[in-house]
Amino acid sequence: MMTAFLRFTGKTDGYNAGKERSTYTARAAKESGPVSVHPAVVNNRRLSGRNRFYNNRYLYLMILPAVLYTLLFSYVPMGGLVIAFKKYNYVQGIFGSPWVGLKNFKFLFNSHKLWFLTRNTLLYNLAFIVLGIVIQVSFAIMINEIRAKWFKRVFQSFIFLPYFISWVVVAAMVQAIFGYEYGMLNRVLEWLGLERINLYISADPWPVMLVMLHLWKGTGYGSIVYMASIAGISPELYEAASIDGAGFWKRIRHITLPGLRPTMMIMFLLALGAVFRGDFGLFYQMVGNNALLLPKTDILDLYVYRALASTSDMGMASAAGFYQSILCFITIMTVNGIIRKANPDYALF
Amino acid sequence: MTTTTLKDLKSAKRKITEKDRIAFNVIAYILVAVMGLLCMLPFLLVFITSLTTESALMHHGYSFFISEFSTQAYDLAFRNPQKILWAYRNTTCATLIGTTLSVMLSTMTGYVLQRPDFRPRNKFSLFFFFTTLFNGGLVPWYILCTRYLGFKNNFIALVLPLMFSVWNMIIAKNYLKGIPYEITESAKIDGANDLLIFFRLILPLSLPLIATLGLFAALAYWNDWYNSMLFITKDEYKSLQYFLQEMLNSMQALKNLVNSGMDVSQLSRNLPQETLKMAMTMITTGPIILLYPFVQRFFIKGLVIGAVKG
Repeated sequence: MMTAFLRFTGKTDGYNAGKERSTYTARAAKESGPVSVHPAVVNNRRLSGRNRFYNNRYLYLMILPAVLYTLLFSYVPMGGLVIAFKKYNYVQGIFGSPWVGLKNFKFLFNSHKLWFLTRNTLLYNLAFIVLGIVIQVSFAIMINEIRAKWFKRVFQSFIFLPYFISWVVVAAMVQAIFGYEYGMLNRVLEWLGLERINLYISADPWPVMLVMLHLWKGTGYGSIVYMASIAGISPELYEAASIDGAGFWKRIRHITLPGLRPTMMIMFLLALGAVFRGDFGLFYQMVGNNALLLPKTDILDLYVYRALASTSDMGMASAAGFYQSILCFITIMTVNGIIRKANPDYALF
Repeated sequence: MTTTTLKDLKSAKRKITEKDRIAFNVIAYILVAVMGLLCMLPFLLVFITSLTTESALMHHGYSFFISEFSTQAYDLAFRNPQKILWAYRNTTCATLIGTTLSVMLSTMTGYVLQRPDFRPRNKFSLFFFFTTLFNGGLVPWYILCTRYLGFKNNFIALVLPLMFSVWNMIIAKNYLKGIPYEITESAKIDGANDLLIFFRLILPLSLPLIATLGLFAALAYWNDWYNSMLFITKDEYKSLQYFLQEMLNSMQALKNLVNSGMDVSQLSRNLPQETLKMAMTMITTGPIILLYPFVQRFFIKGLVIGAVKG
């Protein structure tokens, strides 16, 4: 009986195997006597499929809404990807529209647009990811070092504040600060005897601008995530290191940063999974349809949205979206595979 | 003799460490203060400029110093408040309904997927997780929603798209895994069914989780403009942030016209567009900023919950 119980609970399907097994072995070790398990609990294993389903009927009922939701809003649209191979028109709908084979993709690949959009999306996202991690980790370490409680509390909540507003509000702030006529920055420049900058007609400053805005909005959130994992590093490690004579920088380099590595890897992998998916809110609210800025700021998501909004060619927009999804999928699978080979603990799945 | 030199060496080293630490602290205080101000001052700027007259703003530009105090912009915004009230109603309803449903959905699903005795849990986990790796993209989803589900100018367009997030479900799953399975087990022996166990035992034990997921969901609903932009054309159904976006951009168009030197009508010249924009921003963001001091502590705690690895 006991072995059966152990085998049943211990046989996890590779999913958090360690954790469950340890609790149950610990539990089993405590109760050294004959384990009596109520039939309602353990019999599950011996039941036939239909009975097991009946036994778990409430559990199935509880995940049913989420399953239906995901089927409807995630899996059905995957089927809708056939539009990418069709010349979609509204009247005939998804099923009635004529097939065109790979024509949409051919057109996309032949226009140089696609390469340009892909490169932009990739470069922006890499800048967001790399600089984001560097800045968030630095701020986490700095805030963590600060001893004055009031200072820490006040400024941490200031840094966290931008996370709470939408990109629409950020756009209003950008207008207030960078606006050509009344913007604060231009007034200051004028007062200093310098020339004004009209951000809304020149594309050059925007790559820096967009990266700064992204970092501005995300630093508070990210640094809190990293501070949480700094708090999880055992203080004994620091004590031991300082007894061994490790200096301040050495402790950060050899204890804090390695301690943050798992969190950094997760954040990095999660972001990398969407490396070909742009931050639509940021780009749309800042740049929108301003054709003057698009040479430096156009990304795949903006292109797909424009195609959708103009309803000129749904097939083409869908093909671009398909291309984007495939790129994301290949990236995350490859990176996760490599990391799993190098160190399975850091792999996402 | 030797012992003293060793001691000296150690204390000297400690002094260097202390020096490093002090230097780092100085830098840390300065950088954190600068970053904090960079994050906070734009809010102050919007607030202050919303409370001045248009002529003062035109004269001094956007600035932190009020030369003429006036509530003119707010008066104007509320002169015909119908649209603002609609937008407030829509966003509030969507936030309340959506947050409730979203929290229910993610906790319920997360609970089932962490139950060790629910055998197909890995299959279902994969079913959900796969959607984060691959999806059909915007276009098929949009066609589904507009053509087959009737999202156009419908309140459900503000609620349904944000209702379920796999990430929130994973956070819930990891949190609920920390509640001993023995609780579920013993309740089962006492004859309780799974629904009863979840609602009467598990949920009351997961208040921090509920607060966290609730805050995440509420923020997503309150700040949503995207779904309004995609699906809503009538003012009665627009969300608050989309309404703000329209106010900012239609005035922006006017301003661009002024910039390019073309003549515009008297009316648009007299419209206090800059202060009005800032007032609208304050009106739509106000509740978040007012609630922020009370809510952010929960948020920080919740982030810690979310960060504990999944």
